[in-house]
Amino acid sequence: MICTLFMLLLCITGLPLIFHHEIDDLLHSEVKAAEVPPGTPKADLDRLLANALANSSWKSPHFLIWDRDDPSTMFVSVGEQITSDSTKNRFVRMDLHTGAYLDSPDVTGRFTYIMLKLHTDMFAGLPGKLFLGLMGILFCVAVISGVVVYAPSMRKMDFGTYRGHRPRIVRWLDIHNLAGILLVMWTLVVGFTGVINTWADLVLKAWQFGQLAEMTAQYRDRSLPTQLTSVQAAVDVAKQAVPGMTPSFVAFPGTVFSSKSHYIVFLKGDTPVTSRLLKPALIDAETGKLTDSRDMPWYVTTLFISQPLHFGDYGGMPLKILWAVLDVLTIIVLGTGVYLWLRRRKAGVSVDRAVAQSSAANASAANTPLTSS
Amino acid sequence: MAGVRRHRTLGQIFAAPIVVGALSVVGLVAALIGDGWWDALSWLSLTLPVLLYFFFVGRRNRVRP
Repeated sequence: MICTLFMLLLCITGLPLIFHHEIDDLLHSEVKAAEVPPGTPKADLDRLLANALANSSWKSPHFLIWDRDDPSTMFVSVGEQITSDSTKNRFVRMDLHTGAYLDSPDVTGRFTYIMLKLHTDMFAGLPGKLFLGLMGILFCVAVISGVVVYAPSMRKMDFGTYRGHRPRIVRWLDIHNLAGILLVMWTLVVGFTGVINTWADLVLKAWQFGQLAEMTAQYRDRSLPTQLTSVQAAVDVAKQAVPGMTPSFVAFPGTVFSSKSHYIVFLKGDTPVTSRLLKPALIDAETGKLTDSRDMPWYVTTLFISQPLHFGDYGGMPLKILWAVLDVLTIIVLGTGVYLWLRRRKAGVSVDRAVAQSSAANASAANTPLTSS
Repeated sequence: MAGVRRHRTLGQIFAAPIVVGALSVVGLVAALIGDGWWDALSWLSLTLPVLLYFFFVGRRNRVRP
């Protein structure tokens, strides 16, 4: 029951998040990148980075991030220090072609940010995330148990039966059964991939202490380099080392996504699925040479695949709209579920009994509190 | 007519849900595999449960006395 209320919260906050990009565009103006003819070369990343830092009061770049939705902008994620918590970073938007500074909006007051926080951790950090993950697991169990009780409930009825002329408890039971069984696969997939997403921080830690530690074993006792090599050169080396893939983001030495001695360039493929499967290329930030590049281990790959399947952002606007409709139908299943549960508790009998009683009452045209609709 | 027939078997109860569920999986995976036709396949197969929901709920409302 408690789990259902949290799932209602997740479905309701998740609804605007499906369209977070469109909502942000609508509510917040942003400086647009310069219009350039196709084929215009990109700005030198070292110059772009210097421009970004000149326009920021904080001076430690943590990440360079190519904007997935807008091919002519880039984000520079800047921390107060290289050791500061990256989740508190400021984002500086840059023009990828001219290298010019665009803006650095504070996203933390935005509607979509508040929805995102409520949806992912309820402003409670990792414990909040893991708690919502647990609620997600209980939700998946509830969906499966719903399928189990669907069978006895439908023994005497055709698929899709909706008794529209009967009291509310019967109608809502039918709606609950119908929408619930139609949406089983979608709710299970979105629910379970959501659970996997709550483990993202743990997956990152496992990767740091697993594959990343292995690849950087010989650098273990080094301290941060005083002088970094060119980030543009590092990206070029990475592109050469992993042909056919394009850079998605660069992690600077000393950040949570890298070692103390490396730029890590994360590269992506060009199909919907391979564009989510990032591959790291480690570039020594003192020599500029490639140290290693491997495919991610299975647990990171699983997380990467879970993200689009949860967000619904991998099939254009029609898929987003479908995601929203299916989300609303899930809210209906949850809402009718809460109602049926409350009625059962109030009546002290099972829903089946209540339905049977309402049938009897219907037959005799009586109107008891239990059957009034 | 519904309700007076004898009990349905598990196979009869779950035949339609299994088809809808299988098509949902196809839809969820298709848009991951590629763009264009793959996206269209995804849209179609995920629209099916939505259409079925409104079909059944709308149909019974119309025969309401």
